Amino acid sequence: MTETNTPIVDYTIRLADDSLTLGHRLSEWCSNGPFLEEDIALINVSLDYVGRARMLYAYAAETENQGRSEDDICYLRDTREYRNLLINELPKGDFAFTIVRQFFVDTFNLLFYTELLNSKDSTLAAIAGKSIKETKYHLRRSKDWMVRLGDGTEESHNRCQAAIDELWDYVTEMFDMDELETGLAAQGVAVDRTALREQWQQIVKEVTDEATLTLPDHDIAIRGGRTGIHTEHLGYLLAELQYVQRAYPGNTW
Amino acid sequence: MPNSEANLEQLEVDFQARIDAEERIEPKDWMPEKYRKTVLRQMSQHAHSEVIGMQPEGNWITRAPSLHRKIVLLAKVQDEAGHGLYLYSAAETLGATREELVQLMHEGKAKYSSIFNYPTLTWADIGAIGWLVDGAAIVNQVALQRTSYGPYSRSMIRICKEESFHQRQGYEIMLKLANGSPEQKAMAQDALNRFWEPSLMMFGPTDADSPNSAQSMKWKIKRKSNDELRQAFVDQTIKQIEVLGLEMPSKDIKWNEERGHYDFGELNWDEFFAVIKGNGPCNRQRLAHHKKAHDEGAWVREAARAYEAKKKARAEKAA
Ligand SMILES: [Fe+2]
Ligand SMILES: [Fe+2]
Repeated sequence: MTETNTPIVDYTIRLADDSLTLGHRLSEWCSNGPFLEEDIALINVSLDYVGRARMLYAYAAETENQGRSEDDICYLRDTREYRNLLINELPKGDFAFTIVRQFFVDTFNLLFYTELLNSKDSTLAAIAGKSIKETKYHLRRSKDWMVRLGDGTEESHNRCQAAIDELWDYVTEMFDMDELETGLAAQGVAVDRTALREQWQQIVKEVTDEATLTLPDHDIAIRGGRTGIHTEHLGYLLAELQYVQRAYPGNTW
Repeated sequence: MPNSEANLEQLEVDFQARIDAEERIEPKDWMPEKYRKTVLRQMSQHAHSEVIGMQPEGNWITRAPSLHRKIVLLAKVQDEAGHGLYLYSAAETLGATREELVQLMHEGKAKYSSIFNYPTLTWADIGAIGWLVDGAAIVNQVALQRTSYGPYSRSMIRICKEESFHQRQGYEIMLKLANGSPEQKAMAQDALNRFWEPSLMMFGPTDADSPNSAQSMKWKIKRKSNDELRQAFVDQTIKQIEVLGLEMPSKDIKWNEERGHYDFGELNWDEFFAVIKGNGPCNRQRLAHHKKAHDEGAWVREAARAYEAKKKARAEKAA
Protein backbone atom coordinates (compact mmCIF):
# COMPACT_ATOMS: atom_id res chain seq x y z
CA MET A 1 0.00 0.00 0.00
CA THR A 2 1.70 3.15 -1.13
CA GLU A 3 -0.98 5.70 -1.87
CA THR A 4 -2.58 7.44 1.06
CA ASN A 5 -6.20 7.47 -0.12
CA THR A 6 -6.14 11.24 0.07
CA PRO A 7 -5.70 12.45 -3.51
CA ILE A 8 -4.34 15.85 -2.54
CA VAL A 9 -1.65 14.25 -0.38
CA ASP A 10 -0.65 11.84 -3.12
CA TYR A 11 -0.53 14.65 -5.63
CA THR A 12 1.62 16.79 -3.36
CA ILE A 13 4.01 13.90 -2.73
CA ARG A 14 4.39 13.40 -6.48
CA LEU A 15 5.40 17.01 -6.93
CA ALA A 16 7.69 16.81 -3.91
CA ASP A 17 9.40 13.67 -5.23
CA ASP A 18 9.94 15.42 -8.58
CA SER A 19 11.63 18.36 -6.90
CA LEU A 20 13.63 16.30 -4.47
CA THR A 21 15.15 13.85 -6.94
CA LEU A 22 16.16 16.61 -9.34
CA GLY A 23 17.46 18.78 -6.51
CA HIS A 24 19.51 15.83 -5.29
CA ARG A 25 21.01 15.27 -8.73
CA LEU A 26 21.91 18.95 -8.98
CA SER A 27 23.54 18.85 -5.56
CA GLU A 28 25.91 16.21 -6.90
CA TRP A 29 27.54 18.97 -8.93
CA CYS A 30 28.94 20.57 -5.80
CA SER A 31 32.74 20.77 -6.27
CA ASN A 32 32.36 19.13 -9.68
CA GLY A 33 31.32 22.08 -11.84
CA PRO A 34 33.32 23.26 -14.87
CA PHE A 35 34.26 26.46 -13.01
CA LEU A 36 33.58 28.00 -9.63
CA GLU A 37 30.76 30.34 -10.73
CA GLU A 38 28.94 27.34 -12.15
CA ASP A 39 29.33 25.40 -8.89
CA ILE A 40 27.65 28.30 -7.15
CA ALA A 41 24.86 28.57 -9.72
CA LEU A 42 24.15 24.85 -9.75
CA ILE A 43 24.00 24.76 -5.94
CA ASN A 44 21.62 27.70 -6.13
CA VAL A 45 19.24 25.85 -8.39
CA SER A 46 19.61 22.73 -6.28
CA LEU A 47 18.69 24.73 -3.19
CA ASP A 48 15.52 25.97 -4.87
CA TYR A 49 14.48 22.44 -5.77
CA VAL A 50 15.25 20.89 -2.40
CA GLY A 51 13.59 23.84 -0.67
CA ARG A 52 10.48 23.35 -2.78
CA ALA A 53 10.48 19.63 -2.03
CA ARG A 54 10.63 20.42 1.65
CA MET A 55 7.63 22.76 1.49
CA LEU A 56 5.66 20.15 -0.41
CA TYR A 57 6.57 17.28 1.94
CA ALA A 58 5.69 19.45 4.91
CA TYR A 59 2.32 20.26 3.36
CA ALA A 60 1.68 16.58 2.59
CA ALA A 61 2.60 15.59 6.14
CA GLU A 62 0.34 18.24 7.62
CA THR A 63 -2.61 17.44 5.37
CA GLU A 64 -2.26 13.73 5.86
CA ASN A 65 -2.14 14.22 9.62
CA GLN A 66 -0.99 10.68 10.40
CA GLY A 67 2.03 11.60 12.49
CA ARG A 68 4.51 11.35 9.61
CA SER A 69 6.95 14.22 9.32
CA GLU A 70 8.33 15.78 6.13
CA ASP A 71 11.49 13.74 6.68
CA ASP A 72 9.58 10.50 7.28
CA ILE A 73 7.95 10.86 3.89
CA CYS A 74 11.23 11.72 2.19
CA TYR A 75 13.64 9.39 3.98
CA LEU A 76 11.56 6.33 4.81
CA ARG A 77 9.95 5.35 1.52
CA ASP A 78 11.66 2.94 -0.83
CA THR A 79 11.94 2.86 -4.61
CA ARG A 80 8.52 1.34 -5.30
CA GLU A 81 6.90 4.02 -3.19
CA TYR A 82 8.60 6.97 -4.83
CA ARG A 83 6.41 8.77 -7.34
CA ASN A 84 8.72 11.12 -9.25
CA LEU A 85 8.83 11.35 -13.03
CA LEU A 86 11.74 9.34 -14.39
CA ILE A 87 13.44 12.31 -16.06
CA ASN A 88 14.29 13.72 -12.63
CA GLU A 89 16.08 10.68 -11.27
CA LEU A 90 18.47 10.00 -14.17
CA PRO A 91 22.14 10.35 -13.15
CA LYS A 92 23.59 13.81 -13.57
CA GLY A 93 25.64 12.82 -16.62
CA ASP A 94 28.00 15.36 -18.14
CA PHE A 95 27.37 19.10 -18.04
CA ALA A 96 25.47 18.95 -21.34
CA PHE A 97 23.12 16.29 -19.98
CA THR A 98 22.45 18.34 -16.87
CA ILE A 99 21.78 21.48 -18.91
CA VAL A 100 19.46 19.80 -21.41
CA ARG A 101 17.50 18.15 -18.61
CA GLN A 102 17.24 21.47 -16.77
CA PHE A 103 16.10 23.17 -19.93
CA PHE A 104 13.37 20.57 -20.58
CA VAL A 105 12.21 20.55 -16.97
CA ASP A 106 12.53 24.32 -16.41
CA THR A 107 10.43 24.97 -19.49
CA PHE A 108 7.87 22.47 -18.27
CA ASN A 109 7.87 23.93 -14.76
CA LEU A 110 7.29 27.46 -15.95
CA LEU A 111 4.15 26.34 -17.77
CA PHE A 112 3.10 23.96 -15.00
CA TYR A 113 3.49 26.33 -12.07
CA THR A 114 1.86 29.16 -13.99
CA GLU A 115 -1.23 26.95 -14.18
CA LEU A 116 -0.88 25.68 -10.60
CA LEU A 117 -1.02 29.29 -9.48
CA ASN A 118 -4.78 29.08 -10.19
CA SER A 119 -5.23 25.99 -8.06
CA LYS A 120 -8.16 26.00 -5.67
CA ASP A 121 -5.73 24.65 -3.10
CA SER A 122 -4.27 27.81 -1.64
CA THR A 123 -1.08 26.19 -0.32
CA LEU A 124 -0.23 24.65 -3.68
CA ALA A 125 -1.01 27.97 -5.33
CA ALA A 126 1.33 29.78 -2.94
CA ILE A 127 4.12 27.27 -3.56
CA ALA A 128 3.51 27.74 -7.28
CA GLY A 129 3.93 31.48 -6.91
CA LYS A 130 7.32 31.08 -5.33
CA SER A 131 8.30 28.40 -7.82
CA ILE A 132 7.51 30.59 -10.83
CA LYS A 133 9.94 33.23 -9.66
CA GLU A 134 12.67 30.67 -9.17
CA THR A 135 11.92 28.92 -12.43
CA LYS A 136 12.20 32.11 -14.46
CA TYR A 137 15.77 32.43 -13.27
CA HIS A 138 16.48 28.71 -13.82
CA LEU A 139 15.10 28.85 -17.34
CA ARG A 140 17.09 31.93 -18.29
CA ARG A 141 20.21 30.07 -17.25
CA SER A 142 19.45 26.77 -18.94
CA LYS A 143 18.30 28.53 -22.12
CA ASP A 144 21.53 30.55 -22.29
CA TRP A 145 23.60 27.44 -21.79
CA MET A 146 21.63 25.53 -24.46
CA VAL A 147 22.52 28.19 -27.00
CA ARG A 148 26.13 28.46 -25.84
CA LEU A 149 26.72 24.74 -25.90
CA GLY A 150 24.72 24.04 -29.04
CA ASP A 151 26.36 26.85 -30.96
CA GLY A 152 29.74 26.64 -29.20
CA THR A 153 32.28 24.07 -30.35
CA GLU A 154 31.76 20.85 -32.27
CA GLU A 155 32.28 18.89 -29.07
CA SER A 156 29.77 20.89 -27.04
CA HIS A 157 27.29 20.66 -29.88
CA ASN A 158 27.65 16.89 -30.12
CA ARG A 159 27.40 16.39 -26.38
CA CYS A 160 24.28 18.52 -26.28
CA GLN A 161 22.68 16.69 -29.18
CA ALA A 162 23.45 13.32 -27.56
CA ALA A 163 21.81 14.51 -24.35
CA ILE A 164 18.71 15.65 -26.23
CA ASP A 165 18.43 12.31 -27.99
CA GLU A 166 18.70 10.41 -24.74
CA LEU A 167 16.43 12.64 -22.66
CA TRP A 168 13.75 12.75 -25.34
CA ASP A 169 12.61 9.26 -24.27
CA TYR A 170 11.56 10.70 -20.91
CA VAL A 171 9.78 13.85 -22.10
CA THR A 172 6.35 12.39 -22.76
CA GLU A 173 5.88 11.21 -19.19
CA MET A 174 5.87 14.83 -18.00
CA PHE A 175 2.58 15.35 -19.85
CA ASP A 176 0.80 12.16 -18.73
CA MET A 177 -2.44 12.35 -16.81
CA ASP A 178 -3.92 9.48 -14.81
CA GLU A 179 -7.05 9.01 -12.76
CA LEU A 180 -5.67 10.80 -9.73
CA GLU A 181 -4.61 13.92 -11.56
CA THR A 182 -7.60 13.99 -13.87
CA GLY A 183 -9.88 13.87 -10.85
CA LEU A 184 -8.02 16.67 -9.09
CA ALA A 185 -7.87 18.71 -12.28
CA ALA A 186 -11.65 18.45 -12.60
CA GLN A 187 -11.90 19.96 -9.10
CA GLY A 188 -9.62 22.81 -10.11
CA VAL A 189 -6.80 21.63 -7.86
CA ALA A 190 -4.35 19.94 -10.22
CA VAL A 191 -2.94 21.03 -13.55
CA ASP A 192 -3.97 19.43 -16.83
CA ARG A 193 -0.56 18.39 -18.09
CA THR A 194 -1.69 17.33 -21.55
CA ALA A 195 -2.68 20.93 -22.26
CA LEU A 196 0.93 22.09 -21.77
CA ARG A 197 2.58 19.91 -24.40
CA GLU A 198 2.07 22.09 -27.43
CA GLN A 199 3.43 25.22 -25.85
CA TRP A 200 6.34 23.32 -24.35
CA GLN A 201 7.22 21.91 -27.74
CA GLN A 202 7.10 25.37 -29.27
CA ILE A 203 9.44 26.96 -26.73
CA VAL A 204 11.85 24.06 -26.86
CA LYS A 205 11.87 24.12 -30.65
CA GLU A 206 12.62 27.83 -30.76
CA VAL A 207 15.60 27.48 -28.46
CA THR A 208 17.02 24.35 -30.04
CA ASP A 209 16.73 26.02 -33.45
CA GLU A 210 18.72 28.97 -32.19
CA ALA A 211 21.22 26.53 -30.68
CA THR A 212 21.53 24.73 -34.04
CA LEU A 213 20.30 21.52 -32.38
CA THR A 214 17.67 19.11 -33.64
CA LEU A 215 14.73 17.55 -31.84
CA PRO A 216 14.27 13.83 -32.44
CA ASP A 217 11.12 12.74 -34.24
CA HIS A 218 10.84 9.29 -32.72
CA ASP A 219 8.06 8.71 -30.25
CA ILE A 220 9.68 6.51 -27.65
CA ALA A 221 8.09 7.25 -24.29
CA ILE A 222 9.51 5.62 -21.20
CA ARG A 223 7.14 5.94 -18.27
CA GLY A 224 6.47 4.44 -14.89
CA GLY A 225 7.56 6.89 -12.19
CA ARG A 226 4.02 7.64 -11.07
CA THR A 227 3.37 3.96 -10.39
CA GLY A 228 6.73 3.33 -8.79
CA ILE A 229 8.31 1.62 -11.79
CA HIS A 230 11.62 3.45 -11.84
CA THR A 231 14.95 3.22 -13.56
CA GLU A 232 17.58 1.26 -11.64
CA HIS A 233 19.27 4.54 -10.76
CA LEU A 234 16.70 5.62 -8.18
CA GLY A 235 17.61 2.83 -5.77
CA TYR A 236 21.14 4.16 -5.49
CA LEU A 237 19.98 7.73 -5.14
CA LEU A 238 17.72 6.71 -2.24
CA ALA A 239 20.38 4.50 -0.67
CA GLU A 240 22.62 7.53 -0.45
CA LEU A 241 19.94 10.02 0.48
CA GLN A 242 18.48 7.83 3.22
CA TYR A 243 21.65 6.22 4.53
CA VAL A 244 21.86 7.95 7.93
CA GLN A 245 18.16 7.66 8.67
CA ARG A 246 18.19 3.99 7.76
CA ALA A 247 21.39 3.14 9.62
CA TYR A 248 20.32 4.92 12.82
CA PRO A 249 16.54 4.65 12.86
CA GLY A 250 14.41 6.64 15.24
CA ASN A 251 16.86 9.45 15.92
CA THR A 252 16.49 13.14 15.23
CA TRP A 253 19.25 15.06 13.52
CA MET B 1 67.47 54.14 -13.83
CA PRO B 2 64.15 54.65 -12.04
CA ASN B 3 65.24 53.22 -8.70
CA SER B 4 68.73 53.68 -7.50
CA GLU B 5 69.63 51.74 -4.40
CA ALA B 6 69.13 54.75 -2.19
CA ASN B 7 65.82 55.35 -3.85
CA LEU B 8 64.70 51.80 -3.16
CA GLU B 9 65.69 52.12 0.44
CA GLN B 10 63.63 55.28 0.75
CA LEU B 11 60.63 53.55 -0.84
CA GLU B 12 60.90 50.77 1.70
CA VAL B 13 61.10 53.21 4.57
CA ASP B 14 58.03 55.07 3.28
CA PHE B 15 56.21 51.81 2.79
CA GLN B 16 56.88 50.75 6.37
CA ALA B 17 55.77 54.16 7.59
CA ARG B 18 52.45 53.73 5.81
CA ILE B 19 52.05 50.28 7.37
CA ASP B 20 52.87 51.66 10.81
CA ALA B 21 50.29 54.38 10.31
CA GLU B 22 47.68 51.63 9.66
CA GLU B 23 47.21 52.68 6.05
CA ARG B 24 45.95 50.04 3.66
CA ILE B 25 48.15 49.12 0.71
CA GLU B 26 46.25 49.16 -2.57
CA PRO B 27 47.06 47.26 -5.79
CA LYS B 28 48.57 50.25 -7.62
CA ASP B 29 50.74 51.34 -4.69
CA TRP B 30 54.43 50.62 -4.64
CA MET B 31 55.28 47.60 -2.48
CA PRO B 32 58.40 45.53 -1.83
CA GLU B 33 58.56 42.51 -4.08
CA LYS B 34 58.68 40.21 -1.08
CA TYR B 35 55.54 41.80 0.37
CA ARG B 36 53.74 41.23 -2.92
CA LYS B 37 54.86 37.61 -3.02
CA THR B 38 53.93 36.92 0.59
CA VAL B 39 50.46 38.43 0.31
CA LEU B 40 49.83 36.69 -2.99
CA ARG B 41 50.93 33.34 -1.57
CA GLN B 42 48.71 33.77 1.44
CA MET B 43 45.65 34.84 -0.58
CA SER B 44 46.10 32.05 -3.07
CA GLN B 45 46.48 29.48 -0.31
CA HIS B 46 43.40 30.88 1.36
CA ALA B 47 41.40 30.77 -1.88
CA HIS B 48 42.44 27.18 -2.59
CA SER B 49 41.47 26.22 0.96
CA GLU B 50 37.96 27.59 0.53
CA VAL B 51 37.55 25.61 -2.66
CA ILE B 52 39.19 22.35 -1.58
CA GLY B 53 37.18 22.59 1.65
CA MET B 54 34.03 22.09 -0.44
CA GLN B 55 35.02 18.44 -0.90
CA PRO B 56 34.98 17.00 2.63
CA GLU B 57 31.68 18.77 3.30
CA GLY B 58 30.30 18.05 -0.15
CA ASN B 59 30.96 14.43 0.73
CA TRP B 60 27.86 14.60 2.97
CA ILE B 61 25.50 16.79 0.96
CA THR B 62 23.88 13.79 -0.71
CA ARG B 63 23.72 11.97 2.65
CA ALA B 64 22.62 14.75 5.00
CA PRO B 65 20.14 13.16 7.41
CA SER B 66 17.21 15.57 7.01
CA LEU B 67 15.87 18.04 4.48
CA HIS B 68 16.69 20.90 6.81
CA ARG B 69 20.30 19.76 7.24
CA LYS B 70 20.69 19.19 3.53
CA ILE B 71 19.55 22.71 2.73
CA VAL B 72 21.75 24.30 5.39
CA LEU B 73 24.80 22.35 4.28
CA LEU B 74 24.22 23.21 0.62
CA ALA B 75 23.98 26.88 1.49
CA LYS B 76 27.11 26.65 3.61
CA VAL B 77 29.21 24.99 0.94
CA GLN B 78 27.89 27.47 -1.59
CA ASP B 79 29.20 30.26 0.64
CA GLU B 80 32.63 28.62 0.66
CA ALA B 81 32.67 28.59 -3.13
CA GLY B 82 31.81 32.28 -2.99
CA HIS B 83 34.69 32.89 -0.58
CA GLY B 84 36.99 31.19 -3.04
CA LEU B 85 35.77 33.61 -5.71
CA TYR B 86 36.30 36.73 -3.58
CA LEU B 87 39.80 35.58 -2.72
CA TYR B 88 40.76 34.68 -6.28
CA SER B 89 39.67 38.12 -7.39
CA ALA B 90 41.62 39.71 -4.53
CA ALA B 91 44.65 37.70 -5.64
CA GLU B 92 44.13 38.85 -9.22
CA THR B 93 44.79 42.43 -8.09
CA LEU B 94 48.40 41.36 -7.68
CA GLY B 95 48.61 40.16 -11.25
CA ALA B 96 48.03 36.43 -11.00
CA THR B 97 45.05 34.96 -12.83
CA ARG B 98 42.80 32.35 -11.25
CA GLU B 99 43.81 29.92 -13.97
CA GLU B 100 47.49 30.35 -13.10
CA LEU B 101 46.89 29.94 -9.38
CA VAL B 102 44.86 26.78 -9.91
CA GLN B 103 47.56 25.46 -12.19
CA LEU B 104 50.15 25.96 -9.43
CA MET B 105 47.99 24.05 -6.99
CA HIS B 106 47.58 21.20 -9.46
CA GLU B 107 51.34 21.07 -9.82
CA GLY B 108 51.71 20.88 -6.05
CA LYS B 109 53.43 24.27 -5.95
CA ALA B 110 50.64 26.06 -4.10
CA LYS B 111 49.13 24.77 -0.89
CA TYR B 112 45.74 24.68 0.71
CA SER B 113 44.91 24.20 4.38
CA SER B 114 46.02 20.78 5.53
CA ILE B 115 42.84 20.32 7.58
CA PHE B 116 41.04 19.28 4.40
CA ASN B 117 43.28 16.27 4.00
CA TYR B 118 41.37 14.56 6.78
CA PRO B 119 38.36 12.45 5.80
CA THR B 120 34.75 13.13 6.82
CA LEU B 121 33.70 9.67 7.95
CA THR B 122 30.43 10.26 9.76
CA TRP B 123 27.69 12.87 9.81
CA ALA B 124 29.16 14.18 13.07
CA ASP B 125 32.26 15.20 11.14
CA ILE B 126 30.15 17.80 9.35
CA GLY B 127 29.20 19.18 12.74
CA ALA B 128 32.82 19.14 13.89
CA ILE B 129 34.01 20.89 10.74
CA GLY B 130 31.48 23.69 10.97
CA TRP B 131 32.08 24.15 14.67
CA LEU B 132 35.86 23.68 14.90
CA VAL B 133 37.26 24.29 11.43
CA ASP B 134 35.06 27.27 10.62
CA GLY B 135 35.48 28.34 14.24
CA ALA B 136 39.25 28.37 13.86
CA ALA B 137 38.94 30.06 10.48
CA ILE B 138 36.86 32.83 12.04
CA VAL B 139 39.44 33.53 14.75
CA ASN B 140 42.06 33.77 12.03
CA GLN B 141 39.95 35.83 9.64
CA VAL B 142 38.72 38.29 12.24
CA ALA B 143 42.35 39.19 12.83
CA LEU B 144 42.92 39.39 9.08
CA GLN B 145 40.18 41.99 8.63
CA ARG B 146 42.92 44.43 9.62
CA THR B 147 45.59 42.95 7.38
CA SER B 148 47.57 45.61 5.53
CA TYR B 149 46.70 44.69 1.96
CA GLY B 150 43.43 46.47 1.12
CA PRO B 151 41.74 43.93 -1.18
CA TYR B 152 42.60 41.08 1.20
CA SER B 153 41.31 43.00 4.20
CA ARG B 154 38.05 43.82 2.42
CA SER B 155 37.45 40.26 1.33
CA MET B 156 37.99 39.15 4.94
CA ILE B 157 35.40 41.62 6.17
CA ARG B 158 32.93 40.30 3.63
CA ILE B 159 33.72 36.67 4.43
CA CYS B 160 33.50 37.09 8.21
CA LYS B 161 29.89 38.22 7.85
CA GLU B 162 29.01 34.79 6.49
CA GLU B 163 31.21 32.71 8.73
CA SER B 164 29.30 32.92 11.98
CA PHE B 165 26.39 31.11 10.32
CA HIS B 166 28.83 28.37 9.34
CA GLN B 167 30.03 27.83 12.85
CA ARG B 168 26.54 27.95 14.26
CA GLN B 169 25.22 25.29 11.90
CA GLY B 170 28.11 23.03 12.87
CA TYR B 171 27.58 23.60 16.55
CA GLU B 172 23.86 22.93 16.17
CA ILE B 173 24.62 19.58 14.54
CA MET B 174 26.90 18.72 17.48
CA LEU B 175 24.32 19.86 20.02
CA LYS B 176 21.70 17.63 18.50
CA LEU B 177 24.04 14.64 18.48
CA ALA B 178 25.41 15.26 21.96
CA ASN B 179 21.86 15.27 23.30
CA GLY B 180 20.70 12.39 21.15
CA SER B 181 20.97 8.61 21.41
CA PRO B 182 24.11 6.95 22.84
CA GLU B 183 25.19 6.16 19.29
CA GLN B 184 24.79 9.78 18.26
CA LYS B 185 26.68 11.00 21.28
CA ALA B 186 29.53 8.58 20.58
CA MET B 187 29.62 9.82 17.00
CA ALA B 188 29.94 13.41 18.21
CA GLN B 189 32.69 12.52 20.68
CA ASP B 190 34.63 10.63 18.02
CA ALA B 191 34.41 13.58 15.61
CA LEU B 192 35.58 16.00 18.30
CA ASN B 193 38.50 13.74 19.17
CA ARG B 194 39.61 13.42 15.56
CA PHE B 195 39.22 17.07 14.55
CA TRP B 196 40.53 18.67 17.73
CA GLU B 197 44.26 18.61 17.06
CA PRO B 198 44.04 19.20 13.32
CA SER B 199 41.89 22.27 13.92
CA LEU B 200 44.42 23.68 16.42
CA MET B 201 47.10 23.12 13.83
CA MET B 202 45.21 25.29 11.34
CA PHE B 203 46.92 28.27 12.97
CA GLY B 204 50.27 27.01 11.78
CA PRO B 205 53.43 25.97 13.64
CA THR B 206 54.34 27.42 17.03
CA ASP B 207 55.82 30.91 16.93
CA ALA B 208 59.24 29.44 17.72
CA ASP B 209 59.03 27.30 14.58
CA SER B 210 57.56 29.95 12.33
CA PRO B 211 60.53 31.79 10.87
CA ASN B 212 58.64 33.94 8.34
CA SER B 213 56.15 35.20 10.86
CA ALA B 214 58.20 38.11 12.18
CA GLN B 215 58.38 39.84 8.81
CA SER B 216 54.69 39.22 8.16
CA MET B 217 53.87 40.75 11.53
CA LYS B 218 56.05 43.75 10.80
CA TRP B 219 54.26 44.28 7.49
CA LYS B 220 50.97 43.65 9.28
CA ILE B 221 50.05 40.97 6.81
CA LYS B 222 49.56 38.95 9.96
CA ARG B 223 48.12 40.79 12.91
CA LYS B 224 48.48 38.17 15.63
CA SER B 225 50.93 35.34 16.10
CA ASN B 226 50.00 31.71 15.51
CA ASP B 227 50.16 30.90 19.19
CA GLU B 228 48.04 33.88 20.23
CA LEU B 229 45.31 32.93 17.78
CA ARG B 230 45.47 29.28 18.77
CA GLN B 231 45.10 30.13 22.44
CA ALA B 232 42.10 32.38 21.77
CA PHE B 233 40.46 29.54 19.87
CA VAL B 234 41.18 26.98 22.59
CA ASP B 235 39.77 29.23 25.30
CA GLN B 236 36.51 29.83 23.47
CA THR B 237 36.10 26.22 22.37
CA ILE B 238 36.63 24.53 25.71
CA LYS B 239 33.62 26.30 27.13
CA GLN B 240 31.60 25.05 24.19
CA ILE B 241 32.72 21.47 24.78
CA GLU B 242 31.47 21.82 28.34
CA VAL B 243 28.08 23.04 27.13
CA LEU B 244 27.88 20.08 24.78
CA GLY B 245 28.58 17.76 27.70
CA LEU B 246 31.27 15.91 25.76
CA GLU B 247 34.55 14.70 27.20
CA MET B 248 37.64 16.80 26.66
CA PRO B 249 39.53 15.59 23.59
CA SER B 250 42.84 15.61 25.46
CA LYS B 251 43.78 14.85 29.05
CA ASP B 252 46.19 17.79 28.96
CA ILE B 253 43.40 20.32 28.82
CA LYS B 254 43.17 22.21 32.08
CA TRP B 255 42.67 25.73 33.30
CA ASN B 256 45.92 27.54 34.09
CA GLU B 257 45.15 30.12 36.74
CA GLU B 258 48.50 31.79 36.37
CA ARG B 259 48.27 32.32 32.62
CA GLY B 260 44.55 32.97 32.67
CA HIS B 261 44.21 30.53 29.79
CA TYR B 262 43.60 26.86 29.19
CA ASP B 263 46.61 24.62 28.73
CA PHE B 264 46.16 22.04 26.01
CA GLY B 265 49.44 20.12 25.95
CA GLU B 266 51.91 19.51 23.18
CA LEU B 267 50.49 18.99 19.72
CA ASN B 268 51.80 16.21 17.52
CA TRP B 269 53.62 18.37 15.00
CA ASP B 270 55.37 15.40 13.40
CA GLU B 271 52.01 14.24 12.20
CA PHE B 272 51.13 17.75 11.03
CA PHE B 273 54.21 17.99 8.84
CA ALA B 274 53.74 14.43 7.64
CA VAL B 275 50.21 15.27 6.49
CA ILE B 276 51.39 18.43 4.75
CA LYS B 277 53.98 16.36 2.94
CA GLY B 278 51.31 14.07 1.57
CA ASN B 279 50.76 11.45 4.25
CA GLY B 280 47.18 12.49 4.93
CA PRO B 281 44.51 10.00 3.94
CA CYS B 282 42.99 12.40 1.43
CA ASN B 283 45.80 14.54 -0.04
CA ARG B 284 45.94 12.69 -3.31
CA GLN B 285 42.17 12.39 -3.52
CA ARG B 286 41.49 16.11 -2.96
CA LEU B 287 43.87 17.25 -5.67
CA ALA B 288 42.79 14.54 -8.09
CA HIS B 289 39.15 15.47 -7.53
CA HIS B 290 39.81 19.14 -8.21
CA LYS B 291 41.89 18.37 -11.25
CA LYS B 292 39.31 15.98 -12.64
CA ALA B 293 36.48 18.51 -12.32
CA HIS B 294 38.71 21.14 -13.90
CA ASP B 295 39.71 18.88 -16.79
CA GLU B 296 36.20 17.64 -17.37
CA GLY B 297 35.01 21.24 -17.49
CA ALA B 298 37.53 22.23 -20.14
CA TRP B 299 35.16 21.63 -23.05
CA VAL B 300 32.47 23.73 -21.32
CA ARG B 301 34.79 26.68 -20.81
CA GLU B 302 35.97 26.32 -24.38
CA ALA B 303 32.41 26.23 -25.71
CA ALA B 304 31.54 29.39 -23.78
CA ARG B 305 34.58 31.16 -25.25
CA ALA B 306 33.81 29.93 -28.76
CA TYR B 307 30.23 31.11 -28.51
CA GLU B 308 31.25 34.55 -27.26
CA ALA B 309 33.67 34.88 -30.16
CA LYS B 310 31.00 33.90 -32.68
CA LYS B 311 28.56 36.34 -31.16
CA LYS B 312 31.09 39.13 -31.33
CA ALA B 313 31.95 38.33 -34.93
CA ARG B 314 28.27 38.36 -35.87
CA ALA B 315 27.71 41.68 -34.14
CA GLU B 316 30.69 43.19 -35.95
CA LYS B 317 29.46 41.90 -39.27
CA ALA B 318 26.03 43.36 -38.66
CA ALA B 319 27.43 46.74 -37.65
FE1 LIG C 1 34.94 30.29 4.05
FE1 LIG D 1 33.12 28.83 6.36
